[in-house]
Amino acid sequence: MSAILKRELSSYFNSAIAYVVMAVYFFFSGYFFYIICIQNNSASLSYVYSNMFVILLFIIPIITMKTFAEEKRQKTDQALLTAPASLTEIVFGKFLGAFVLYAICCCIFLVYSVVISFFTTPDWAVILCTFLGILLLGAALIAINVFISVLTESVIIAAVAGMGVGLVIYMMSTFTSVIPVDWIATVLDKIDFVNYYTNFTYGLLNVTDIVFFLSVTGLFLFFTVRVLEKRRWS
Amino acid sequence: MVEVKDLTKCYGNIKAVDNISFTVETGEVLGFLGPNGAGKSTTMNMITGYISSTSGTVTVDGSEILEDPKNTKAKIGYLPEIPPLYIDMTVRKYLEFMFDLKKVKLPKKEHIDEVMRLVRITEQADRIVIDLSKGYRQRVGFAQALLGNPPVLILDEPTVGLDPKQIIEIRKLIKSLGKKHTVIFSSHVLSEISATCDRIIVISEGKIVADAKTDELSTSVSGEHKLALEVEGASSDIISAIKKIPAVMRVSKQRDTGENKAKYMVDYETDVDVRRDVFNAMARVGCPILDMKSGDKTLEDMFLELTATDQRSKSGNGGAM
Repeated sequence: MSAILKRELSSYFNSAIAYVVMAVYFFFSGYFFYIICIQNNSASLSYVYSNMFVILLFIIPIITMKTFAEEKRQKTDQALLTAPASLTEIVFGKFLGAFVLYAICCCIFLVYSVVISFFTTPDWAVILCTFLGILLLGAALIAINVFISVLTESVIIAAVAGMGVGLVIYMMSTFTSVIPVDWIATVLDKIDFVNYYTNFTYGLLNVTDIVFFLSVTGLFLFFTVRVLEKRRWS
Repeated sequence: MVEVKDLTKCYGNIKAVDNISFTVETGEVLGFLGPNGAGKSTTMNMITGYISSTSGTVTVDGSEILEDPKNTKAKIGYLPEIPPLYIDMTVRKYLEFMFDLKKVKLPKKEHIDEVMRLVRITEQADRIVIDLSKGYRQRVGFAQALLGNPPVLILDEPTVGLDPKQIIEIRKLIKSLGKKHTVIFSSHVLSEISATCDRIIVISEGKIVADAKTDELSTSVSGEHKLALEVEGASSDIISAIKKIPAVMRVSKQRDTGENKAKYMVDYETDVDVRRDVFNAMARVGCPILDMKSGDKTLEDMFLELTATDQRSKSGNGGAM
């Protein structure tokens, strides 16, 4: 697993992907931070975090699009799948690679918190809670996008489909309001990422929210392993 | 070392590989020969565990590929048809990655250096794969297969797309590797297989149509030897004289090659050398032999015959299916 993690990170940082992703992430988070915190003299990062959701929808598919789609296209998956490594190891290594890059992006929030600490005493408990929230949200979205990447051979399709699915997730609440069937609306409401994530941005640490994001992550990584497994048998 | 038993792979209704079985002994170099689309790559992908079989087993050194994939895969070095290279890495970085991925226990730097020396890419160590020519990429692919000194090497068409000089080098490499490893390699080029392998398996339409030692293969298919002659003299005399030789089964005139000269083909039983008898017979009738050479079927003929027979029998069965 460590071999794959290392290879993923070196692939991100040897190409422009890591730097472009970081630049975009830093630019928008910096912009939101400036508008919401600096201009309004606010010490609360809540809105900065909640605004970042939309940016993640575009950034994460770019991080993950290559994970499996490119391997299949270049036929390098033959090296991975014939090596003495389990599928879980391979999938987890890939996931972790994307997650580490994402986590590096998120670290900019710690910088903003330090900036705030020059002006006032920040509520560190709230800051750590929201930071955990954005990491968990990212992990779930990365797992979903890794799963999308394993379904296709084209990185473009992986990226566009990932963004589409992300927007559906983001707009879930608008769907629930138009669906007349009660139980479907309830189910959709229960899987609305925004609900769970918003709690974090307010600094509320609920076990339910943590379990939700961890389950989504685990579920989609499991699906990814199954797709790889199924491909061998078909 | 490698035991393949009743291996079958179906894609929907199509049988890509149909119930094939063979064993490869330790230290043997086995050539896997067949036209494009015969099922060579599919078989190799099943042996290496890249895809699973519909039925049948592959046992490598006592462990079964689907039951104990980790241990079995560790015993196999695989070079697929398209070398699985990450084009954004340098050769050394790539080999280091493969070394870690395969969980090789040997000293890392020394082992990678040794493998690079063996396939002669030491000078290319710090170049990025995307800048390498096809020949070098193939060698890097070779190098990754050799990492960890696996007892079994599986090479899928390792010489496709290389220039003649590179082909010769790769063949030499395979031959030298055959001393320490069990090698299975596929090709649709006969001369290549016959130059490198101890044993040949011919596969056509997913089935094994021949399995023999390289030097026995042409006789095992035809069951007889041929002698091509060019003789000066009257055809009737020559043919009747040759027919008198006991071991000769048939003799036929091929074509005239000049005034009173013609080419003949003599079929005779295996295990008998009739060249002296033919010489003496011709000497008796006073017809000088201008040219005499063994007319044994070339591997090309044999190959075409084997794969064609298969198609004929298939079209024959076509009505019954």
